[in-house]
Formats: sequence, structure tokens, C-alpha cells
Amino acid sequence: MSVPESRRQLSVPVATVEVVDDSLDAAFIHARGLTKRFGEFTAVDGIDVDVARGEAFGFLGPNGAGKSSTMRMIGCVSPPTEGTLRILGMDPGADGPAIRARLGVVPQQDTLDTELSVRENLLIYGRYFGMSRAAVRAKTDELLDFVQLTDRAKDKVEPLSGGMKRRLTIARSLINDPDILLLDEPTTGLDPQARHSLWDRLFRLKQRGVTLVLTTHYMDEAEQLCDRLVVMDKGRFAAEGSPRELIATYSTREVLELRFGPDEDNNVYADKVEGLVDRVEVLPDRLLLYTDDGDGTTAAVYQRGLLPVSTLVRRSTLEDVFLRLTGRTLVD
Amino acid sequence: MQPDTTAVLRQRHVPGSLDRVGASFGFWAFQYRRTWRGTVVSSVLTPVLFLAAMGIGLGTLVDDGGRLDGAYLLFLAPGLLAATAMQTAGFESMYPVMGAIKWVRTYHAMLATPLGVSDILLGHLLWVVFRVTSSAAIYLAVIALFGAVASPMALLALPAATLCGMAYAAPIFAFSSGYEKPSGFAALERFVIVPMFLFSGTFFPVSQLPDVLQPVAYATPLWHGVELCRALVAGTQTLADALLHIGYLSLWIVAGVTAAMFFFRRRLESTG
Amino acid sequence: MTTTLRPGSGSETLLARIVPLPGTSARRASLMVERNALVYRRSWVIIVSGFFEPFFYLLSIGIGLGALVGTVSLDGRMIEYTAFVAPALLASSAMNGAVYDSTFNIFFKLKYAKTYDAILSTPMSPGDVAAGEITWALIRGLIYSTTFLAVMLALGLVGSPWAVLVLPAAVLIGFGFAAVGMAATTYMPGWQDFEFVQLCILPMFLFATTFYPLATYPSALQAVVVCTPLYHAVELIRSLTTGLVDGTVVIHIGYLVVMGLIGLRVAGRRLEKLLLT
Repeated sequence: MSVPESRRQLSVPVATVEVVDDSLDAAFIHARGLTKRFGEFTAVDGIDVDVARGEAFGFLGPNGAGKSSTMRMIGCVSPPTEGTLRILGMDPGADGPAIRARLGVVPQQDTLDTELSVRENLLIYGRYFGMSRAAVRAKTDELLDFVQLTDRAKDKVEPLSGGMKRRLTIARSLINDPDILLLDEPTTGLDPQARHSLWDRLFRLKQRGVTLVLTTHYMDEAEQLCDRLVVMDKGRFAAEGSPRELIATYSTREVLELRFGPDEDNNVYADKVEGLVDRVEVLPDRLLLYTDDGDGTTAAVYQRGLLPVSTLVRRSTLEDVFLRLTGRTLVD
Repeated sequence: MQPDTTAVLRQRHVPGSLDRVGASFGFWAFQYRRTWRGTVVSSVLTPVLFLAAMGIGLGTLVDDGGRLDGAYLLFLAPGLLAATAMQTAGFESMYPVMGAIKWVRTYHAMLATPLGVSDILLGHLLWVVFRVTSSAAIYLAVIALFGAVASPMALLALPAATLCGMAYAAPIFAFSSGYEKPSGFAALERFVIVPMFLFSGTFFPVSQLPDVLQPVAYATPLWHGVELCRALVAGTQTLADALLHIGYLSLWIVAGVTAAMFFFRRRLESTG
Repeated sequence: MTTTLRPGSGSETLLARIVPLPGTSARRASLMVERNALVYRRSWVIIVSGFFEPFFYLLSIGIGLGALVGTVSLDGRMIEYTAFVAPALLASSAMNGAVYDSTFNIFFKLKYAKTYDAILSTPMSPGDVAAGEITWALIRGLIYSTTFLAVMLALGLVGSPWAVLVLPAAVLIGFGFAAVGMAATTYMPGWQDFEFVQLCILPMFLFATTFYPLATYPSALQAVVVCTPLYHAVELIRSLTTGLVDGTVVIHIGYLVVMGLIGLRVAGRRLEKLLLT
């Protein structure tokens, strides 16, 4: 099977393609019953995924939810234990190299070549894709500029800051003009400024029509970048939708956070606010009241004679969706 | 009732100088508990293998040649004792020292305690003394098992080997703390340690070297260590010769420690 | 089966035809060599300095100690001790270089730098990586062998036209040891296991007829020595430089070829298992 042919198939309108199952070709990524087991442990438990061209798709879940295992299967570096998987219309088992030629991968931990300089990292990586030296050089200059590392081009990788290394990894993943960009927790461990700078770069890519698939356990990241996401827990999908849909379905408009003293038993207060709202979550350090009118609920709490140390009314987030679906918090 | 704060301050124990050096030594000893098994295996096997192959196997050819006075094994064994002391000292004084300054930053952690720069340096050197002495002791025992010891004076070859080792450890400490890149170690190993191992009278008498190179060999600390060990193991050491060798090796130690102290202060005190 | 990135862009090597590593192409494997050359372009001093160790041994044991030995008897002929030791040092330096490259270097990239994880998310396959790394080790070994052979020629230690075959023989030795070293590395959980590598290398270096003829040993020990791979490597090179070539050369070559092919096969499979899970 040759690459140019499949590219052509994908670029023609779906209606004219002589393929029976059109969902298979319409989707850049298509998985049914995708399963990954390591011995007794099931990391990914029969998930169905379809990611369309140009979409920004996210896996949201805590550590150990099976996100990275899923990403490695999509990246064709981990054979599925069960289920079907088609990437760009091809089978990872048979066409691994051809698929990987069209993917860009940003792994969870930086795998930059520490023995090479910033620029050489991009040069040699492009060569792995079979690009000519001249083509790689031109692309390298363009990408260094894109991730604002031109003035560090000759430096070794080691002394770069965490944010710079991450940006370099992203530049590296773009060297082959990928059709799909896979980002495994792209901003974990970065300071807020570096995260925003990275999100800015990713947003530009999204606008250019690059298909983004990312995992994250940060709800703000998912909200910023994803058109559609799945909430993943224990190898399965707990819910699916756009960030707004998920919040509308599984949470309320606003959340009231109540903090009592450090030695107080929050369960006691949970009983005392009963009836004020439909849903109350008890966390070790605070109480969450799900409501459509935060200020009104706050007033009601005081009317009951309760005196919290602090109150906070905020918008519902994906964190709340996750708490609702799994009973656990995303970041522990 | 206000407690007397100065009394409280005075109550705090401030470790004395010996305690501080001991604490620095203790750190390395504690770390060694994880790796000692591997080093014991190689400290025993290396001398056994070398003495069997070179001393006995190759020794057969040398003895047949008849151009060396006495058996080759007796010539080689004490030479290897001194050379191994040099290699152990070199090994312990390169990466561990650079690592403690640069990567693991052990020395910096120690500086945050009552330990001072000189306590850190002396404690670590003391640890190298222990490592060199213990591996030389094993070597000496193996030599005895090979029947290559001629006199009870051989027991003195142990401190002699330690002295020889430290004549390398101290300057290498200075190198490791003064030079900032690990690439220097490969060069030090290849162009200093290995040539000395091969040409300082360990395997053949220095008189075999071309005339111009002989003074170079005599200037190496290893040659003095080898001569000292060889005469002690054979039981032929004279006091005058011994004092000359000991004096020369001590000179290297004093110079090395002085230089190391300078670089330790520069690296640890200025950059924090 | 050879999977290629673009039609006609990958060619099957002879090696690939003998040992079918899944999805290996010579062109992609050569990119691994390109990467290593890029790394060492800056630190070429390290490569150059690697030549000096066997050279120093030649001067010390071969010439310095050799003067005390005189001549040794080999296959009934008396030859200078220096000419006896020199080919053995060439063979053992080919072994040392290959083992160092395929154990320490590969372990670092495999476990710490995660270099291969990044490479495998491109069209490169584990077979490409294994073949590329071994090829690099061979190129590096070839540089050392060539310079050492030149030194031997200059010192008049080459006594036969058979010596033209020393370089291919040294590459074969490098291949055998690099492949086995790489396979062994894939089984190593931590740095402390390199003590074990040392424990294999040092006795071979000392006992595999490097410094004295096989006849020096009692016959029981001779049988053990003959089983070691370095023995075959040393004897192969020695017979070429001394001109004492006979039928046993075929055994030496066969031993090293089989060892290399088994190592390569195991290394490719293990890398695939380790990296693609």
C-alpha cells in the first residue's frame, strides 16, 4: 500500500469514495473495542473513538486512566491487545511506518536527543522521516522561529528551561508537516507562563487545520484547546462531548465552595446544608454546592446560621464534571 | 517567665572538627553500603586474573627468555599492587567528586550543615584512603596466596600502596574540582593513568625504555610506589631508598591537597 | 519482509536477507549512523583518543616486555613476541570497542535518554535502530583497526600478504561482539549489571591467547579457552598477519558469523519487545 494513494482517498469528498463503511474513511482515527492489557492489568478497556479531520480531540482523566496507553496505540508504537484501529485509513500493524510518517508526536516526557544541539535535534529528526537535507534545513529554520527558539539554535538541549524543551519537542513533532498531532500531557510540569505560551502555539496550529489529539488532566487546558473530549477513567470513557456540553449535562452553572475550619468535619456541614441544592460534594478541605445561583445559595447558607471561614462562587468546570462522573478529583 | 534565650542557644551541640570530618567520611561510607558487593567481587577477581594470566602464563615465557633476574611473578605482583592502588584512587576521585559538586550536589548539601569546605574535602579524601587500603589489602592477600611474598616486610607494602594511591587521589581531586567538564576524565584516564600503568615499571624494568623516556618514568609517583612495594614484598627495602620514595609521594599528596583545597573553596564558596 | 517509507526508497541488504529483521531498510538504518556521526562531529577527540590504548599496550607489553621474552613458538615456527602480541591487541581492541559501543552507549540511550522512543515515533523501526547502531560500531571499529594495522606495518610487524584481509576480519569481530553486546544490553535492568560485562571481557582479554600461545595451558584449560569468542578473533587476525593460514580459519570465521547473527536476531526482537509495548 502506498502513501500517496491513501492521501488521495482522504482528500476527495466522502460521497465519491467507493468504500462501504464511510465512517472508516471519514475519520482520521477510528477505533472500535480498542483494548490494551499488560498481563492481568487492563489499561484500556474496549473504547470506541472517532476523530475527524481538523478536529481537536481530548482525553481528560487522572493519572493511570489509560490515556497514555491509548496515545501509544494511536502512535503505532504499541500494538492493541484487542479491537480494531485505523489511523488515516490504514492498519497500524501492517502500515506502522507509513502511518508514523504522517503523525507528529509530543510524548509525555521529553525525549529530546541530549547529545545534539537544539537545531540538530530538528535536523536529524526530519531525516528519520526520509526528508532531504535541504528540505529539513528550511523546515527547521521555520519551526525554530515558530517556537521562538531561533536564538538558542546552537545550544545544547540540557540547559534549556522546561518550557523551552517542550516547545522544541513541539517543533520536532511538526517537522514532517503531520496530518495528526498527538500531544500527551503537553503542559504538565510547566509554570503558568510557559503553559500559556504553549497553548498559544497549539491554538495557531489548530487554526491552520492540524488535527490535534491530546491528553490532559488539566481541565483548563481541555477547555482551551478541545472541540470535543472524552472523560476517561479506569480505561473506559465516562462521558463524551464538547466542554460546554459536558458541563451543561453533568454540572450546574455555578459552584459554591465553602471552607470551614481545618479541624471541622465537613460531613457534619454536608448534613446541615441538605435541601439547599440538589448536589453536594464533600472534599477533605472544602464543601462544593452545585447551584445555578451561587449568590442566592450563599445567602441561604448564612440564613441557616452556618459561618464558613470562606465562601467562593465560581463557574462550573470540567473538574466538576469529572467529580460527578467518577467521585474523584482529577489532580491529587 | 521568659526563658533565657542565650542559654538555649548555648545548649545546642556544635560538632568539633574531628566530628565534622567524620561526618563527611560517614556519608561516603553510608553510600558504599549499597555498592560494596560489586566492588568486592572485582577487587578479588581482578588480581587473581591478572596474576594468573600475566604472572604465571606470560611469566612462563619471560622466565624461559631468561633476561630478568628472578621469577616474573615476583617482579609483577608488587608492581600491580601499586598500580591498582593508583587506579582505585583515580576511580574514586573523578566522577564522585565532580558529581558531588555538579550533579548530585552532595557537597552543597553538606555545606548547609555545620560542615566546612575543609571538613568536606578531608572527609572525602579519608574515604578514598579507606577504599584504596581495603582493596590493596585484598590484593596483598591474593599475592600471598600466589606464593609471591618473600618477607614479613611485605605487610608494610600495604601503607606504601595507600601512599601511592593518595599521591594520585589528591591531585585528581584538584583536577575534578577545578575542571568543569567530565570529558577531561577520558583524557586523564587514557593519557595519564593508562600510560603510567603500562610504562612506570609495573610490567618491565624502566631500564627497557628508551633513554630519553626513563627520567619521565622516574618522575611518576607510580614508579616510586612500585619500587617501594616491590622491595618491601621482596624484603630488600633499605631505609634510605624508602625515605626517598615516601618523601616524593608525600610531596604529591601535600601539593594535591593544597590545590584541591583552593579549587574546592572556589567552586563551593563563590557559587554557593 | 521489508516495509519501506516510499516505494523503492529502501533496499534490502544482504544482512536483511539472511536475518529477516521485521521492517528493516538499509536506508533508514543509515540514518542512525548519520545521527551518531552528527554527535561525534563535535567530540571527535574521544574517537581519536580511543586509538591510543591498544597502541600503548603494544609499546608496553609488545615491545617493552617483549624484549624480555624474545621469541615464541607458533605452529613450530619461532616468531618475535611483538609480532605475536600485536594482532591479538588488534583483535581485542575490536572486541572492546564493539562491546563498549553496544552496551554502555546503547543502555544510556535505551533507558535514560529515551533516544529510541523518539526515533520510533517516526517511520524508523526497531530493526532499523539495531542495524544502524551496529553499523556505527563497525565503522568506528574499522577506523581503529586501520590505524593500528598501519602502525603494525610501520613497525615491521606484518609478515604476510594475507594481512590485506585483516580489516574485513576486524569488522567481522566487531559485528560478532556488537550484536551479542546489544542483545545482552536489552536484558540489563541497571548499571550494576555492567560489572558482569567487565567480568566477561577481562578474563577473555587476559586468557584468550592474547599474551601467550595456547600450548602454555594444560590441555583441560585449552579446551575452555578454545570455546571463547575472543580466542577465535585473536587466532583469525594472528594467522593473517603472520601468514600461518590453514583450515582452522574457516572455523574462526564461522564462529564469529554465527555469534553475530544470533546476537542481531535477539537484539532486534528484544528491542521491539522493549520499545513497542
